[in-house]
Amino acid sequence: MLNIGLYMAQRLSAMVMAPLVLGHIAVMIYAVQGGLSTAEILDRTQGSVWWFLFYGSFVLAVAAHAAIGLRVILHEMTGLRGRWLEVVTCGIGMLLLIMGGRAVLAVTFA
Amino acid sequence: MSDRSKLLEVSVWRGMGDEGAYETFQVPARDNQTVLDVVSWIQQSADPSLTYRYACRVGMCGSCAMMVNGVPRWTCRTHVKRVLRDGALQIGPLRNLPVIKDLAADMDPFFDKWIRAGGVHRPSRSRDDPIQQVPPDDPGRVEANKGIECINCSVCYAACDTVAGNPDYLGPAALQRAWTLYNDAKVEDRQAVLDSVSGAGGCHNCHSQGSCTRFCPNELDPLSAIAGLKRASARSFFRRGE
Ligand code: SF4
Ligand code: SF4
Ligand code: FES
Repeated sequence: MLNIGLYMAQRLSAMVMAPLVLGHIAVMIYAVQGGLSTAEILDRTQGSVWWFLFYGSFVLAVAAHAAIGLRVILHEMTGLRGRWLEVVTCGIGMLLLIMGGRAVLAVTFA
Repeated sequence: MSDRSKLLEVSVWRGMGDEGAYETFQVPARDNQTVLDVVSWIQQSADPSLTYRYACRVGMCGSCAMMVNGVPRWTCRTHVKRVLRDGALQIGPLRNLPVIKDLAADMDPFFDKWIRAGGVHRPSRSRDDPIQQVPPDDPGRVEANKGIECINCSVCYAACDTVAGNPDYLGPAALQRAWTLYNDAKVEDRQAVLDSVSGAGGCHNCHSQGSCTRFCPNELDPLSAIAGLKRASARSFFRRGE
């Protein structure tokens, strides 16, 4: 149940995610190695436009990528189709967007 | 000398539409025997009401494909010895297609999708134009040639798990045909070919696991043809977005 638009959205979101995942892992290693405390991390992220953009674009890409991937699995495994398939695809995307968006705002909003 | 006393245990699907069951027959084993020979023996010597389909018996017409021990095969070119499991054979109608009766699957969905994928000739010249020269070593021609030996047997279609999960999926043979047309110098509107394979059942649904290429009895490679369509349609997606 993929047309060219959904296919491209999934491929392009994967291309966005790949460097961000590597960046995220690098940051994790840095934070752990440097022994940064929660307060020190929040001190760096809160109010930072860059961290907002970094994790914000990550959340956008994940929401699109995962929703399309789950859509294919649901269609092929359960036969879900038509309007309900669209509703569930959008629902999963929105849910991930809201959950991820809340987390990003929590660490970047001063 | 063949061992005339040896018997094969052959279970054959019997039934109409969704209903049916396997029925077992004892078939004399021969030194040289194809799966189609076995089916024909049953129909001629055991049960004349057995329904199945074949025409050429030499791997040209593509009408004899069936599931043999769970694997789609052209039965006229499949030797029993190569596929026998503990002296037994299970023969059923092709997977992923409705059953008409016994071993005869309804090929309509397969051919309908062939047409939906744009597999009809759309001439770019009229009879008054000179015949278009196509050099055999032209790269597009070389690519198109890879797919033209398809005999429409539907073995790849029966092998494809994406067809099983997504009944709208056009399937490997129809998409390979579209790729052949896309590379054909005589086809003018390439974008129309891409458009007909870019919808909800189009080439982008392929999971690239390659059952089609693995089982195609003519050793064609629909998997690579579909990969070509995906690349070409992605390029056209960006071109159109400009
Ligand atoms: S590679 Fe694609 S077309 Fe071939 S069997 Fe797999 S899903 Fe079907
Ligand atoms: S691609 Fe191969 S398996 Fe598929 S229909 Fe053509 S000849 Fe048969
Ligand atoms: S009977 Fe023609 S391909 Fe087998």
